[in-house]
Amino acid sequence: MNISPDQTVYWKYGFVEINSTILTTWVLMFVLVVASILINRKLTLGLGRTRWQNTLEIIVTTIIKQLKDVGIDEPRKYIGFLGTLFIFVATASICTMIPGYESPTSSLSTTAALALCVFVAVPIYGIGAKGFVGYLKSYIEPTIIMLPFNIIGEFSRTLALAIRLFGNMMSGTMIIGILLTIAPLLFPIFMIVLGLLTGLVQAYIFSILASVYIAAAVRGIGHE
Amino acid sequence: MDTITLTALVAMASIVTAGITIAVGCIGPALSEGKSVASALNSLAQQPDASPTITRTLYIGLAMIESTAIYSFVISIILIFANPFWTYIITLK
Repeated sequence: MNISPDQTVYWKYGFVEINSTILTTWVLMFVLVVASILINRKLTLGLGRTRWQNTLEIIVTTIIKQLKDVGIDEPRKYIGFLGTLFIFVATASICTMIPGYESPTSSLSTTAALALCVFVAVPIYGIGAKGFVGYLKSYIEPTIIMLPFNIIGEFSRTLALAIRLFGNMMSGTMIIGILLTIAPLLFPIFMIVLGLLTGLVQAYIFSILASVYIAAAVRGIGHE
Repeated sequence: MDTITLTALVAMASIVTAGITIAVGCIGPALSEGKSVASALNSLAQQPDASPTITRTLYIGLAMIESTAIYSFVISIILIFANPFWTYIITLK
């Protein structure tokens, strides 16, 4: 039993291989980019909006409101990164309804890559908002004894982000696979529904945690 | 120690550890999730109009607590299906 879509290889040349994870990620990226381009062609301010524009507006305004709730004062600067994280992981989870599809986030490679993006983005946004020295000073808050713990905390947060998303997605597909050998008709349906719910919740959690880390780096602790 | 005993030992240790990991690793999260849902229900009963905030915070908290159980699950799945010691040992014939 293969526990990850990394093991379904479609094409291999030397050490370069196109496996199911990469292919699915490319297809998802293609679909999202093309959909956004097509919808953004005919943006109107009036009341005669297409329903796709309405959908996009709902998504964007909800994300902006969530970012403001979490503590980011200028959500539009960060919504490119954080909104993409949410939409990518959420679309990857929703598409599990399509038969024969395996979510790329059920492979540790994808989730580790996303977590590394967050790991790199937090200092970049922090330095952009507070300057190099200001950002480095935030590691010494509240006292200098906390410096090793803050550094270790950065790494362990990244690891936890990757493993949380990977574990949730992988366990969903694995439990469905195991249940298929026990009760092929009814139980997997419940588990697929549960998998959809946990997929969306985990997408939300991933992006909310990323935005909390960025908010902490941009405004610092104790600046409420 | 001959290869057969070693193989048997690796297999036994992996299976037993996988079972204990998932069993013990799910006790803590299950108890704390029960406590958090109970307190969420309490606060919903006291303030029903704060229901969206409470529900959202409840789900976020549950997902965070769930992640520790997921960590143990990942370890036990690795021990059963992607065990590096087992893949090494069975090449030693």
